[in-house]
Amino acid sequence: MKQYMLSIYQPDGPAPAPEVLEPIMRQLDALNEEMRAKGAWVFAGGMHEPGTATVLRSKGDEVLVTDGPFTEGREHLGGFTIIRAADLDEALEWGRRLAKVITLPIEVRPMQHGSC
Amino acid sequence: MLLSTDIALIFSQEYGRAVSVLVRVFGDIDIAEEAVQDAFAVALRKWPEDGLPPSPAGWIITTARNRALDRLRREATRDQRHAEAALLHAGSEPPEEGPVRDERLRLIFTCCHPALAPAARVALTLRLLGGLSTAEIARAFLVPEATMAQRLVRAKGKIRDARIPYRVPRDADLPDRLRAVLAVVYLIFTEGYAAGREPLCGEAIRLGRQLAGLMPDEPEVTGLLALMLLVESRRAARATGAGELVLLADQDRELWDSGLIAEGQALVRMCLRRNQPGPYQIQAAINAVHSDAPTDWHQVVLLYDQLLAVTPSPVVALNRAVAVAEVEGPAAGLELVDALDLDRYHLFHAVRADLLHRLGRDAEAVRAYDTAIELAEHVADRDLLRRKRPT
Repeated sequence: MKQYMLSIYQPDGPAPAPEVLEPIMRQLDALNEEMRAKGAWVFAGGMHEPGTATVLRSKGDEVLVTDGPFTEGREHLGGFTIIRAADLDEALEWGRRLAKVITLPIEVRPMQHGSC
Repeated sequence: MLLSTDIALIFSQEYGRAVSVLVRVFGDIDIAEEAVQDAFAVALRKWPEDGLPPSPAGWIITTARNRALDRLRREATRDQRHAEAALLHAGSEPPEEGPVRDERLRLIFTCCHPALAPAARVALTLRLLGGLSTAEIARAFLVPEATMAQRLVRAKGKIRDARIPYRVPRDADLPDRLRAVLAVVYLIFTEGYAAGREPLCGEAIRLGRQLAGLMPDEPEVTGLLALMLLVESRRAARATGAGELVLLADQDRELWDSGLIAEGQALVRMCLRRNQPGPYQIQAAINAVHSDAPTDWHQVVLLYDQLLAVTPSPVVALNRAVAVAEVEGPAAGLELVDALDLDRYHLFHAVRADLLHRLGRDAEAVRAYDTAIELAEHVADRDLLRRKRPT
C-alpha cells in the first residue's frame, strides 16, 4: 500500500456562512468515517486561516521567526487527508469523493515513504 | 539471409508487446525498455547466424526477461532497493512461457492515463507501444530532443512514484478512459497529417489496428480505425507534387487507395449493424460517403445532424453548414455559418469566403479570404486560400 496526501486548496478570505458549511462538514465526517471503515484513512485535519501561520527560517546558527504564511497567493492549503491506497486510481477515487463534498480543488500527491 | 532490416521490422512490430509483458513482470517501465533493447541487440548478433527463431516475439521476451533478471540480481547484491523491489515483483508473477498473453492493452491505458499531461500521453504511447525512439518522436512533434527526453522521463517518473496502475480500467471507468486512449491515437494521426510527418499516420493506424484487435467489442475503436483508414486513403490525392493542397471535390479519385477505402467502408458497415453510434463512427461514416462518387450530400447532412447531437461544437456546425450549402445552396449555408462564433478559426472565414464567392458577392469574399489567410497557420493552407481568392 502507498500513502497519498489529498490537499484541499482554499481561497483566502472569510469562511462560508454556517448554513453553507454545515452540510459540507456533515458529508465530510461521513466520508472520513467511510475511509476509516475501509482502512484507507490515515489522518485528516483542517487548518485555521493562513494569517495564523508562522514561518521559521534557519540562518546560520539562528532561526528567524516571521509572520506567515510562507507562500504568496490567493489560495492556501486549507486542510488535508492522508490516505492509504493500492495505486493512483484508488487514491483518485477517494480524491474525487472529497472534491465532490468540499467543492474545492483537491491535489492528490504520492508520499515518498509513507508509513506510520 | 536474415537482414538487419528484417530485424528492424520485427522490432517495430513486436517492441510494444515485449515491453508490455516485461512491464508486467518487473513492474517498472525503465527496466522493461532496457531489457527489450538488450534482447534486440542480442538478436542483431545471433539471428543472422542462427536464423530466425520459431517465435521471434517469444524469443525476445524470454531473452529480455533473463537478461533483466541477471542484471537485477547483480544489482540487488549491491543492495539497490529498486532492483530488489523489481525482483520481488518478478518473483510474484508466473513466468511468461508459451503463448504470450497480450499485455499491451494494460500498458496503453497506463500511457493514456488522465493524470498525465496530454503531450506526455502521446509521447509515451509512441515510445512504449510504437517503439519510436525519443529522437523520432521529437522530430515528429518539432520539439528539441532534450525537451522530449525530459517529458518522457518526467512521465515515467510520475507513473512510478504516483503508482499509476498497469490495468484495464473497470467497466464503470472504461468509457471515459477509452475516450482518452482514442483521443491520443487520433491526435497522433492528425499531427501526422501535416506535411513531412506522414510516419505518424502509419503509426496511428497501426495502434488503431492493435486496439481494434484487442477490443473487438468497442464500436468506437472500430470507428476510429475506419475513420483513419478512409482519411488515409486520400493521402496521395490531397496534395499536388509541388505540395499544394487539393480540396476533396477537386481530387483525382484515381489516386485514392481503393484497398483502404474498401476496408474502411466494411468497418463502417460493421458499426452501422451494431447501431451504437459515437463521434468516431459518425465521422467515419461521413468519410465513407465521401469515398463514393458522387457524394450523397443529403446523407452527409443527416450524419452531421447526428454528430452535432453527440458532440455539439461550432466546428462540427461549420462542417454541417458546408454540407447544407451543397444540398440547399450557398445562401442557406451562409446563414448557418454567420450564426457561428468562430471568428479566430481560419476555416470559418475560408468557408464564408467560398460561399460569398458562389453568391457573387466577391468584394466580401475577398475580405473573408484575406482574414482566412491571415489566420491560417500552415503554409500549404495559406497557399490554397491565395489560389482560391478571386482577384
